[in-house]
Amino acid sequence: MLDFIARRLISIIPVLAVVAIFVFLMLRLTPGDPAAVIAGDNATSDQIADIREKLGLNEPIWTQFAIWIGDILQGKFGESYFFKKTVAELIAQRVEPTLALALCTLVFAVCISVPIGVMAAYRQGSLFDRVVMGFSVLGFSVPGFVIGYCLIYIFAIELGWLPVQGYVRIGVNFWQFAERMVLPSLTLSVGFVALISRITRASVLEVLNEDYIRTARAKGLSNRVVLMRHALRNAAVPILTVIGLGIAILMGGAVVTESVFGLPGLGRLTVEAVLSRDFPTIQTVILLFSVVYVVINLLIDISYTLFDPRIRY
Amino acid sequence: MFSFKKSALALVAAAGATALLTAAPVHAQTIKAVMHSDVKILDPIWTTAYIQRNHGYMVWDTLFAMDEKFDVKPQMVDKWEVSPDKLVWTFTLRDGLEWHDGKPVTAEDCVASIKRWAARDSMGQKMMASAEGFEVVDAKTFKLKMKEPYGLVLQSLGKPSSNVPFMMPKKTAETDPMQQIKVEDVIGSGPFIFKADEWKPGEKIVYVKNAKYKPRAEPPSGLAGGKVVKVDRVEWLWIPDVQTQVGALQNGEIDMIESPGHDLLPILAKDKNINLFNGNPTGNQYTFRFNSTAKPFDNPKVRHAVFVAFAQEDFLKATIGDPQWFKVCKAPFVCGTPLATDAGMADVLNGNAAKAKQLLTEAGYDGTPIVLMQSTDLQVLTNLAPVAKQQMERAGFKVDMQSMDWQTLVGRRVKKDPPSQGGWHAFLTSWVAADILNPVMAGFFNASCDKAMFGWPCDATIEKFRDQFAKETDPAKQKQIVEDLQKYWANNPTHINVGQWYSPIARRNNIEGNMIAPAPVFWNITKK
Repeated sequence: MLDFIARRLISIIPVLAVVAIFVFLMLRLTPGDPAAVIAGDNATSDQIADIREKLGLNEPIWTQFAIWIGDILQGKFGESYFFKKTVAELIAQRVEPTLALALCTLVFAVCISVPIGVMAAYRQGSLFDRVVMGFSVLGFSVPGFVIGYCLIYIFAIELGWLPVQGYVRIGVNFWQFAERMVLPSLTLSVGFVALISRITRASVLEVLNEDYIRTARAKGLSNRVVLMRHALRNAAVPILTVIGLGIAILMGGAVVTESVFGLPGLGRLTVEAVLSRDFPTIQTVILLFSVVYVVINLLIDISYTLFDPRIRY
Repeated sequence: MFSFKKSALALVAAAGATALLTAAPVHAQTIKAVMHSDVKILDPIWTTAYIQRNHGYMVWDTLFAMDEKFDVKPQMVDKWEVSPDKLVWTFTLRDGLEWHDGKPVTAEDCVASIKRWAARDSMGQKMMASAEGFEVVDAKTFKLKMKEPYGLVLQSLGKPSSNVPFMMPKKTAETDPMQQIKVEDVIGSGPFIFKADEWKPGEKIVYVKNAKYKPRAEPPSGLAGGKVVKVDRVEWLWIPDVQTQVGALQNGEIDMIESPGHDLLPILAKDKNINLFNGNPTGNQYTFRFNSTAKPFDNPKVRHAVFVAFAQEDFLKATIGDPQWFKVCKAPFVCGTPLATDAGMADVLNGNAAKAKQLLTEAGYDGTPIVLMQSTDLQVLTNLAPVAKQQMERAGFKVDMQSMDWQTLVGRRVKKDPPSQGGWHAFLTSWVAADILNPVMAGFFNASCDKAMFGWPCDATIEKFRDQFAKETDPAKQKQIVEDLQKYWANNPTHINVGQWYSPIARRNNIEGNMIAPAPVFWNITKK
């Protein structure tokens, strides 16, 4: 197992190298000039040229790349062109809202989708099954921002139960934190629920046709025990795989959801950095997302061993 | 035995206790506002962006300021005088001016601040080109010595919009003008104090009342007069989504939105808890900018043909829609201001496609496609380029409209490459009226070739008029120079003004006292 983990962690290095080169080149080759953005609308060409010089953007592209990689290897992520803060500081400031949103969404999504997926499989062909499958298609189809606006209109503006926007840190006030997390998490979890419930239903359906399930039933075990202990546990591997892949969807969704609900998270930082061509911030955030994605998938792989004893690394 | 009910009750009780113990202090007099942009940069001299200008007015003060009637009035200055030969200006500061750290404001601070501002601002550069230097007389008095009489000294020091000559402590003002000041140096003598520990870029910026600030005795007017702060704290929250901004205002989570989208104004107008307030009656001006170095716009006659082909109302209807928020105005120095005049404008901006066609033929236009950049992500600009394209095509131009986000446009407009190789011919933007009140202040009138703003017009006659205007000290003669300039400029345009528009502030009904000023300021505002 340790050997497997070590190999997987080492495999992150080439992945990150490719991501670093790709992101760096993409930013330099796409149009847009951070110096012109910084200088503002009334700036003269000379002022813009001066700022470009100060930022080191006049250096050849490979020199800029070498400097950046050298800094990264020393643990220096650079300073944002705009915020006059280090990128590490910016990320530290923004990580909590995104982490909270991701965790709440995962909890919401798993708590809702796994039971309804199992029930839909158990009652295959019933009205419940059809309603669940119908809603899951809807969940895939409706864009996140539309769901967000609808939830804001109903629960914040019309009913006045929850705030429209904003984020309060958990350490400052738990209730204000919680009430501001409900709508964004629900919004982001809709697509996730649709995905996981469909996969859960399909996996459980497949397992329910296995001989050992028939044996369990023949032994006189209750439906709850058969479903939860035998069927769901054996169907867990594909569900976990989808949850792992879903992290990528979650990262993408966070960008939109954080903007709609005014959450100052990493998703919004990415958008702001892209729109203002803040190269050091974009590069570091994308590298961070890549690391998170690879590590989460590693954790998912490791968790397979808990559900399927046949899997050994 | 595990009891779900008991556990849930315990959890609720614990969370409730935590909430009571950790609840944030209540700020009874806190204004929560959403501005047009997030404050990412704290130095209002380093950039010309309007959000930094607004931030500047919170923290720093100015020597002079423009009032509601466009007159320049002393602000930090107590008294000032000019020598009979108009070569020596003497300024004396008010008593009791203090930086937020408790140190007194001195004449040396002001001299250093003017020097740094003048290194970045085009109006400051022009003033300093006529200046011999400064002399600090004592802690409160300094002199500005000129090489020749200069008519815009007070207008420059009381410049209302970007870049505003804000006064900073000498140590801060000695920062290289090409470098940003440090976060810890955001110390001013203005009516609000910046809370560095609460500044979270992308989330909020916080200011608290400067209790030691000594407002002038005069009533507030525009950016001048007594800056009396009537709330304890101002928070600028950043909510990027305009729909969410409106929802938050309707829900009472915020008190005002500086610049709600025009398409959302009808929703806000219907809400009985919200009112719309136009705090900037001169508003903004849409502008079509030529690249005067790129063929065929290197030919003034071709540029004049565009001027003849355009009609303002189409631009304004396509972008703003509701006529209460726009005005057809031919005066390039903005209707409703002292230098507003229609001199020389009779034959332009009438949508006369036939005459424009004739001018194009006379100019020998060869059908070169005009690369017109369209920004698609700023709602107030998006529909301008399609209107320009249609009006130009009606006049016989071939137009290649290229869509892009604003920041791509900003990056591309500084490129002098040929339009077919990544350069450009024209784009549309908008100016706050306070930035274009005279030909020296208005950046697009600068026709000094490579030293001019992007578009780089090169016209010695326009430059001569600008110099005459700057050096003339008689306002009546200044107005005559503007009329002469305008008559020449209509035939040799560096840009085209395509209409005036307004953006009201949306505020809850319990917010009152917003100033009528070219920048949104927070003194005099009350929250009931």
